[in-house]
Formats: sequence, structure tokens, C-alpha cells
Amino acid sequence: MTGAARHSPQDAHSLPSGDVQSESRIVVANQWQLIWWKFRKHRLAMIAGAVTLFLYTVALFAEFFAPYAAGTYSARHTYLPPPTIQLFQSTETGWRFYPHIYGFTVSVDPDSFKRTYVVDQDTIYPIGLFVRGEEYQLWGLFTLDVHLIGAANHGDPVYLFGADRLGRDVLSRTIHGTRVSMSVGLVGVGLSLLLGVILGGISGYYGGAIDNLIQRAIEILRSLPTIPLWMGLSAAIPLTWPPLRVYFAITVLLSLIGWTSLAREVRGRFLSLKTEDFVIAARLDGVREMQIILRHMAPSMTSHIIASVTLAIPGMILAETALSFLGIGLRPPVVSWGVLLQEAQNVRSIATAPWLLFPGVAVAVAVLAMNFLGDGLRDAADPYQT
Amino acid sequence: MIWYILRRIVYLVPTLLVVSIIAFVVIQLPPGDFLASLISKAEETIDQAQVDALRERYGLDEPIHVQYWKWISGIITRGDFGDSFEWNRPVSDLIWERLTLTMVISLLTLAFVWILSIPIGIYSAVKKYTIGDYLVTVIGFIGLAVPNFLLALVLMYIAFRYFGQSVGGLFSPEYIEAEWSLERVLDLLSHLWLPVVILGTAGTAALIRVMRANLLDELSKLYVDAARARGLSELRLLFKYPVRVALNPLVSALAWVFPALVSGSAITSIVLNLQTTGPLLYRSLQSQDMYLAGSLILLVSILTIIGTLVSDILLAWIDPRIQLQ
Repeated sequence: MTGAARHSPQDAHSLPSGDVQSESRIVVANQWQLIWWKFRKHRLAMIAGAVTLFLYTVALFAEFFAPYAAGTYSARHTYLPPPTIQLFQSTETGWRFYPHIYGFTVSVDPDSFKRTYVVDQDTIYPIGLFVRGEEYQLWGLFTLDVHLIGAANHGDPVYLFGADRLGRDVLSRTIHGTRVSMSVGLVGVGLSLLLGVILGGISGYYGGAIDNLIQRAIEILRSLPTIPLWMGLSAAIPLTWPPLRVYFAITVLLSLIGWTSLAREVRGRFLSLKTEDFVIAARLDGVREMQIILRHMAPSMTSHIIASVTLAIPGMILAETALSFLGIGLRPPVVSWGVLLQEAQNVRSIATAPWLLFPGVAVAVAVLAMNFLGDGLRDAADPYQT
Repeated sequence: MIWYILRRIVYLVPTLLVVSIIAFVVIQLPPGDFLASLISKAEETIDQAQVDALRERYGLDEPIHVQYWKWISGIITRGDFGDSFEWNRPVSDLIWERLTLTMVISLLTLAFVWILSIPIGIYSAVKKYTIGDYLVTVIGFIGLAVPNFLLALVLMYIAFRYFGQSVGGLFSPEYIEAEWSLERVLDLLSHLWLPVVILGTAGTAALIRVMRANLLDELSKLYVDAARARGLSELRLLFKYPVRVALNPLVSALAWVFPALVSGSAITSIVLNLQTTGPLLYRSLQSQDMYLAGSLILLVSILTIIGTLVSDILLAWIDPRIQLQ
């Protein structure tokens, strides 16, 4: 039973429709169509949705988007600053479109070994799209060597966002970090969702003593300072564990504390749906409890749950970044935005290379986008409300 | 009201129990016991009698629940949190000043958040969909999205690059080890604004949005139109009822803003090198100084729980309907 069918056409008519849509279309539209129409009018959320989609695409095809592999280093280019990209080149016949960067000459201070780079306008490194570079394995299946952006001639030192302490490309590493940082949020939220739906569902559906118990537990968890707790628990992860296991341990830790808001949302939904006419009707018809929950109640909750899940992901991303930044979350050689920001832990390294903060920009964009997206989804989640 | 407070205090007992168990688990988590790490880290050999005495004191040979009991009863009856082997001093010597500073920073930040977010929220609601409103919304969202520690790093960089000073710490070098005096307090105050501003951004952003949404709900109600129809001035119209009603949810927001502040201050303090609990906890975790780490987690948690309790009581006092639920 879809949501649209249980409302009279009059309800549907009151839906504010931005586009000129015939009334008959609104009447026959199902719940998801109505949600989509409502969401579409929220322009900021649409943009945020596109950004989020883009970030997950980057995460999926990180090797293709990144000019270099995450571990590629070059001792000759430590702390190379980001170049200015020149789009045009002057020739005898005038200007032509020829994206390139200038080369540089390097001088090393004999006392401090600090490298100083001076732009050298005579050397030119052309850059391009879909260039051939290092070989990589996409998802361990295909061997490719095409990169979205990079040096047109394989081997030129093109570091568009500068290089770090070991001469690794900051842009490439940030792109590779997208995969871990964005998926930590998804996996962590997936686990919290499981806990939240089960416990929140029990709490809201049965009520009484068990509801009281779960609500107290949630209150206790919510009054705890999460970051010191996460610090204590994640510091206990043995250093000998392989990266993948650390990754899962961290996500489990994040979701053990993060499930509470989802559980509250689910419980609230259950409480309000329990007394809806269609649920009572189903119960009077003798439908089994499991059937009522899965067939009748769950579909009307899905959109709300999707919205709260989207709003929960940024918190997870921020928590992972904070823990890894301190060195008690994920550890190198795993590349996540938090791990990358470890390089920028003190003022001195930032003063030497401010571009090391670039992964922080990625964090902010991701968190911002998912917040706006979640807001838009929450507004659109109940298309019958005006 | 008395009954409500009493009931809330009774609820406190299981909460504190859970928190103490969590802290104890953190102490137990690293492989090996306290003595094993003590012996491995000690520079000179420790004689067997001393080891045995310590083993007896913490009950290390006994089952886990006895160990827990020894630990928690020592804290409750004697204020004995165990020893920090890294500092070679009782934990209780190390933590109180830092806890106080954590509290001072959190409370000041809370005040800062309130003072800033209420007027901005009101402005944003009254001037809905104007340039000012959009500006506030965008700045607010950026405040929410940029992690505190990143903001701290950027501000430190700006201060270092353009003003040539390092802004970390809570005291000027000459006051770090000094006794408490008026000069030291003033020095502290001159350093406090930066952590307060950094910690306050996310909370301010969140509360502005809460305040704006609440006030918008109220402003569309009929009593506002009625009052306007009777010729009340716009300013009185605004402050007489709608703002007061809209403030209630803001008080209840206190219950989650406070734990978030204490929690967020941990990392920001590490970056800014403040003498609060965060950096001490961080160091103790790195050196597996577990009695210190566990005690810090326990005490910081208790602080936030008390903060939550106070805000709940405050809310019940402002809005008596809460007591009935």
C-alpha cells in the first residue's frame, strides 16, 4: 500500500506544486514521486545532492580522478608549493589555449636544508585532461593508465595542490582519502541504523517498561562527552592490527555511540504511526505484527529514516577526521582526510606549507553538502504536509 | 518542583554507574595490567616487595569485579584515583586544576554562544529572506561544517603569519608555573578569548538556527497579528511574547550543547595546547597511563552529566509543563 492511496485527492491538491503540473498527475503520483517533486524545489539541497553524488563518484573512481597513486613520492619535490595554472600561451600568431604550469628552480639552504622554489618561466609543463600516467588497478579488476587530470607528458612534476613533507601530491592524496572518509560515514551510519531501527522500533512499538529502559539508556549515552570516550576506546586498538580491521573497529566505535539519534527518530515515527487509521485497520483485519511493521509501517517511515541517515553521516565524518588527526584513529598507510591533516598538526608545518590544509576544505565541503542535502530530504520526506 | 529534582537525582545513580563501568573498561583495555606497564617503563628496577604491595592495593590478582570495587570505593571514600606512573604522582594531584579550567572554558563558551546566538537568531527570523538572513545562514553553516580543530589551526596560522605571534596556550610563559594571583587570572583571561571563539562557532551556528526556526513558528501565530492589529509597536510586539516563547527550546538545547562543548574542547585544547583535560587525556592514552586516562574520562563524563542535570532543572523551572511529563 503506497502512501498516496490512503489520502483523499483533496490532500494531494493542497500540495504546492512549483511546476505547472496537471492535477491528475498529482493524484496518481506515488509517494516517491511526490517526494522528488518537493525535493526538486529546494534548490540548495539539489546542489548539495549533486556535490554529494560527485564526492561518492570520486570515492568510487579515486584512482582515475587522482593524478598520482596515494603513495607516490618524490624526494626532489618536498613542500613544492601549488603552481598557478596558466590557461593560455602567447605565440607569434597570438594567444592559444594551452593549459600549462611553469617550472621552478630549487635552492637548498645549506644550514636548515630548507628548500626554496623559484618559478622559472622558461620551463613549461603542459597539463591536460584524460592523460596517460601511472598504471593502476581499478577495483582490482582493470589495469588502466588514464587519469582525469595531470601532466600531459608522463613524468613531469605537476602537483596542482602542492606537495607534502615527502613530496607526495596533496591533490591525489586528498582524492584517495575521499574513499575512506566518505565510506566511514556510510558504514558507521549503516551500523547505527541497524542498532537504531531495532532498539528504536522495539521502544516505540511495545512501549511500557522496555521503552523506559531504552530511553534511559539513550539519555545516558547522550549526556556523555563523545570525543574523550572515543579517544579512550580507540587508543586501545592494538597497533598490530591490519588497517582494514582498524577501519572497522573505528566505525563500530563511532556507531556504538552514534545510534541514539536514529533510535529516537524511529521511535517517534513508530509512536505516531501506531495510532494511524490504516495501522489500526490492518490490526483489526488480523494481520500479523511482523506483517504490520514491514508492510504497513515501514514504507511510511523510510523517507524520514533516509533523511536522518543523511544528517548523521557528517557527524561520523567529523569524528573520524578528529580521531585520525590526533593519531588514534586510522593510521598511515591508510589515507583518509583526518590522516592527511595529521601532517598539518602544528603551526610550524602549516606556516611552511599552508596547502596541507586542503583536505580540511574537502571535509568542510562534504559536511556542508550532506547537511544541506539532509535538510532538503527532511523537508521533502513528508510530501503530504504543506 | 522538589519531587522533580529528586526524581532526576535518582535517575543519576544508574547513569553514574554506567559511566564508572565505561571508565573502568578503558583502564582495563590495554594488554597487560598496570604493573606490567609500570615495570616495563621504569628506569631502574623496582623491588619485588614494592610490586607486591601495589598488586595488593589494586587487587590485580583478584577477579575483575573485585578490582572494580576496589577502584570505585577508593574514589568514593578516599578520593583516591590511583597513581599515574608517568608522572609518578597520585592522579588526584594532577587533575583538579585542569578540570577547573575545562569547566571555566566550557561555561564561558556557553555564555558566548547564548549571547551571540539569541540576538542573531531574532534578527534572522524577523528579517527572513533578506541579505542579512542569508549571510547569517551561510556563516552559520560554515561554522557547523568546519571542524573546531581545523578552525583552530587556521586561526593560529593567521595569527602567526600576519601578526607574528603564537597564540596557543592559556598563559604567557612566565605565568605557567606561577601561583594563582590577580595577574595570573588577567593573563588567563587575555588568552581565553581564542579557544572560546573557536569552540563557540559550531554551537552558535546550531543555536541560531534553532532560535530562528522557533521564532518563525511563533511569529506566524494569530496572537501576533491580533497584537499588531491593536497597534502595539513592532519592538514590544516582538519581545513581549514571541521571543520569550521561542527561548524555551533554546534552554532545552543546553542539555546537548554542553556535552558537545566539553567533548569538542578536548581536541581544540590539544591543538591550542591549553592546560585543560584534553591534552592530559591525550598524553596519558599515548603512554598508556591508564589510571590517569580512566579518571579523566570518568570526571569529564560526570561533569557533563551534572551540566545536563542543571540544564534540565533550569528548563523545568522556566517551563513548568516539563515536570508533568
